[in-house]
Amino acid sequence: MSFYDKDIVSIRDFDRKQIEEILRVSERMVPYALGKKRTKVLEGRILGNLFFEPSTRTRLSFESAAHRLGVDVIDVSEMSATSISKGETLADTIRMVDAYCDLIVLRHPHEGAARLAAKFSENPVINAGDGAGSHPTQTLLDLFTIKRAKGKIEGLNIVLVGDLKYGRTVHSLIDALTEFGANLTFVAPETLQMPEDNVKHVKGKGAKPQFTDKLEHVIPHADVLYVTRIQKERFPDPSEYNKVAGMYRINNEMLREAKKDLVVLHPLPRVDEIAPEVDDTLHAKYFEQAFNGIPVRMALLYLILGGEGL
Amino acid sequence: MIEIKVAPIRNGTVIDHITAGQALNVLKILGVNEYNIDSTISVLIRVPSKKEGTGGWKDVVKVEDRELDTKTVDKIALIAPNATIVIIRDYSVAEKKKVLLSSSISGLVRCSNPHCITNKNEPVAPEFEVISKDPPTLRCKYCDRTMSKISDNLI
Repeated sequence: MSFYDKDIVSIRDFDRKQIEEILRVSERMVPYALGKKRTKVLEGRILGNLFFEPSTRTRLSFESAAHRLGVDVIDVSEMSATSISKGETLADTIRMVDAYCDLIVLRHPHEGAARLAAKFSENPVINAGDGAGSHPTQTLLDLFTIKRAKGKIEGLNIVLVGDLKYGRTVHSLIDALTEFGANLTFVAPETLQMPEDNVKHVKGKGAKPQFTDKLEHVIPHADVLYVTRIQKERFPDPSEYNKVAGMYRINNEMLREAKKDLVVLHPLPRVDEIAPEVDDTLHAKYFEQAFNGIPVRMALLYLILGGEGL
Repeated sequence: MIEIKVAPIRNGTVIDHITAGQALNVLKILGVNEYNIDSTISVLIRVPSKKEGTGGWKDVVKVEDRELDTKTVDKIALIAPNATIVIIRDYSVAEKKKVLLSSSISGLVRCSNPHCITNKNEPVAPEFEVISKDPPTLRCKYCDRTMSKISDNLI
């Protein structure tokens, strides 16, 4: 399939073959992402970076990915600086920005915002996270990281731990991991377990996820441990938060029983879910994961804007 | 068993085989309130039904002097997927049809997700994919949220 002029709204819009193509092109982008090779292959194109919600990694990595390919970036990073604060609809803002650039990257606090933007924009739209909804480029970089670290995704035992209820990265990720035939285990206290809707969806696609609240029971069998932040504000009682957060804090002692080649991932930012001592182990791949945002987003820009020759 | 008798209507619509318990929601869809009742409306709740798959019970609503438009019938399909619409003219059945829930719907219900962009004054009608017809379950085409308590969200 050609990705030329296509929107990237939800990972559910893509099947395994299409995702594999993006991952292959991402691999080709790595030397450019590292600055070892240089290119201006998309020179003269303009990216509209619309971030209506705070973001560091996603916004910077889209900017960096664009610059590495010679794409110019125009951006709005504060809602208060836009006419949205004057009551303009997102639909109108999108129609306006659409006239100023060749591709729109949108981060927005409301679910479904990217789908709406894609409807009103003539140019393609990439969803950079919409509320608690989708975050497809994060999913692609997570898959890319797993593929690079393990050589494959199919058949791997992938354990997701932390706030599985509100963490949007895990919702998109389990859809894609199911497409690839990974074995899923969800580790969370009952109040933060994976939403029923998401579980039903992956079960409908053939997944047989396991559920537990005991991380230590599943670590020895895990190939990938995907850790997410548990947000304090989800707990009315701070002592309950401390108890839960403590249960899932990853440190070297906790990883003693783990496979030697276990890969630990985290979408970042972390607070104290992973002890700094883990950073120095071979398990830690979360900074690589953050870097992988660049080649993956480069691949998307390259494919959608019709780059040739790399 | 005591036989329930409701007088036949001369002109109007009989909505039969409504999922038991949904009759009041059908009245909501019909927009019935104290200011606009000009003819008799008969409501039967939880009456025996021999039709398969009903659990043995149904509701029936008879509205005199009114024939329903397509949009109203489509809304009824969302809460009572097995309902039949019988149009009566001069005491005879003029038309009889089953409600039909299409595979996607637009503008009939709002998304149950308060954070969905379609609930934020944007110039779009909420759109849904029908992922199950009985019981009706919808998935929002914008935010992906699935919804089965449809009567709470009828527009």
